[in-house]
Amino acid sequence: MATTSLPGSGAAPIFRPKARRKFPWRAVVFYAVMIPFVLIWLVPIFTTLITSLRSMDGLRQNGPWSLPESIEWGNFREAWNQGGLSRYMANSFIITIPALIGTLFLSSLGAFALARYKFRGSLLIYFTFVGGTLLPYQILMLPVWRLTNELNLYNTYWALIVFHMAFQLGFCTFVLRNFMRTIPGEIFDAARIDGANEFRIYRQHALPLSLPSIAALATLEFTWIFNDYLWALVLVQDDKYKPVTTGLAQLLGEYSRQWNILFAGTLIAVVPTVLLFMFLQRYFIQGLTMGSSK
Amino acid sequence: MAQITGDKAPAALGGTAAARPTVRAAESARPGRRPLNLAPVLFLAAPVALYLLWVIGPMFYTVYMSFTDSDGFRAEWIGLENYRQLFQDDTFRSSLWNNVRWLLLFITVPTAAGLGLALLLNNNYPGVRFIKAGIFSPMVLSSAVVAAVWTWMYFPQDGLINTTLAALGYGGKRIGWLADPDLAIYSVIGAAVWRQVGYVMLIYLAGLKNVDPSLVDAARVDGASPWRSFKDVVFPLLTPVTVIVVVVSIIDALRAFDLVQLMTQGGPYDRTNVLGFMMYEESFNYYKMGYGAAIAVVLMLISMTFIFTYLRRMLKDELEY
Repeated sequence: MATTSLPGSGAAPIFRPKARRKFPWRAVVFYAVMIPFVLIWLVPIFTTLITSLRSMDGLRQNGPWSLPESIEWGNFREAWNQGGLSRYMANSFIITIPALIGTLFLSSLGAFALARYKFRGSLLIYFTFVGGTLLPYQILMLPVWRLTNELNLYNTYWALIVFHMAFQLGFCTFVLRNFMRTIPGEIFDAARIDGANEFRIYRQHALPLSLPSIAALATLEFTWIFNDYLWALVLVQDDKYKPVTTGLAQLLGEYSRQWNILFAGTLIAVVPTVLLFMFLQRYFIQGLTMGSSK
Repeated sequence: MAQITGDKAPAALGGTAAARPTVRAAESARPGRRPLNLAPVLFLAAPVALYLLWVIGPMFYTVYMSFTDSDGFRAEWIGLENYRQLFQDDTFRSSLWNNVRWLLLFITVPTAAGLGLALLLNNNYPGVRFIKAGIFSPMVLSSAVVAAVWTWMYFPQDGLINTTLAALGYGGKRIGWLADPDLAIYSVIGAAVWRQVGYVMLIYLAGLKNVDPSLVDAARVDGASPWRSFKDVVFPLLTPVTVIVVVVSIIDALRAFDLVQLMTQGGPYDRTNVLGFMMYEESFNYYKMGYGAAIAVVLMLISMTFIFTYLRRMLKDELEY
């Protein structure tokens, strides 16, 4: 693409002059292609933003591509209060935070054991964790639904907290175990010679040294748990306990075709994960690639 | 305190710099030779118990349920009856086909687009990280958000795509993106692809960091065109990344559920139905839970073939350590 714009490239297409030309053709072509591409890629997001700020009358009269006639902050108020977003958002945090902490703590314990000790079945346990995360959710749905009923957790926060905590163990153990294996064993051995017991080695050495990967994992897991739709649908029925994903689906029904209010709600719903992504993007990306490119 | 069989043995023997645990060393840790070590048991007890109860156990229980007629609580053994019915069910056939479509599009489109973008963006031009972030950002949106946004994009009357087409002079007939039986499934997959591309791009970008640039330069010096050096040097080096991308895409495609449930409910006439949603409907709308379980088992068996390929590769890596 860039080479075709080089003069004389038609005559000797393969040959690329070593000396760099003064005018940065490649950069110009790069921006000329990529900037419009990204703008088009993000059209669904820009138009959602504009629509959330306008009145339905304005949208109907002038179409989605016009600027808002007036800024209607009331859309956000409506979504937040009448639409129930305030409740749903709070629920999402009530569910996500404990599940996140629980799964990180428990998986760091398990990962430490799998990384540090050799014993029969350690690979089996490791592969069970990994295999479990890859399963289609439907294979768990009915027994999990039933289990929450039997344990009287159905339709409470706890159903989602406990299930996410358990299910996410698979991925977290996978990532943390592989990270902890890169910590030189001498560090642990030295601590042992100094008389530390195993739990102290975990708490004072393994855990602090794994903090970068735990941070990466935490941003990723927060997003996953926060964005879960399927389990919220299956395990929680009552509006009182719904997280923002199924809450938004509720809104989709209640405000059907009132795009402005619907999108105001949508934008409120994405604030936490978008902020997280903006400020912790590095960790977020690290987490994703850690899990995938082992 | 129990004997630790950790990284101590190799370190004591040779004092190697990076005393990595080895599988071979595990043989020396047999209970007969050394006292049983309680520490790993204590560390693993809680996570393993929780995982068995909520993930592994349910998997097996679903397999059992698939041989029963069940409303979730009471169950009556009926053998293979659910499966017999399933293979005569038109909804099943149509859902399975849609999963196949989803899968084929998911392993081709986001992979190609993600790889292409990664190659283009693998540079240090100023501002390139904003471009990457822009392409990647749909990934942080929940499926509920993606569904809300794309439902509007696709809406026949005042949706963004049709109004834009009309404004550009193609407004002859309004396209029912989610209503047209032949088109609807591709519209749903399109929304899913939009979210997937950035993820694939990121995995490839990480992979490209590990490609030694001197190899590419060497190819260039030998007179290889950019395309040849990509085809013969870069792409082969990225094979492990591609394998991961393809496996992840397959697993994601077989998990398809949210967007279907939110955008079309499987309609029109099951033309956007997928096994994941069919299973949910049979189980929770019609309370045919044994039947739902059978669908889940079929879904699992399909993904198992891919999961096992992936795990086998990983196991090979582990044993090579």
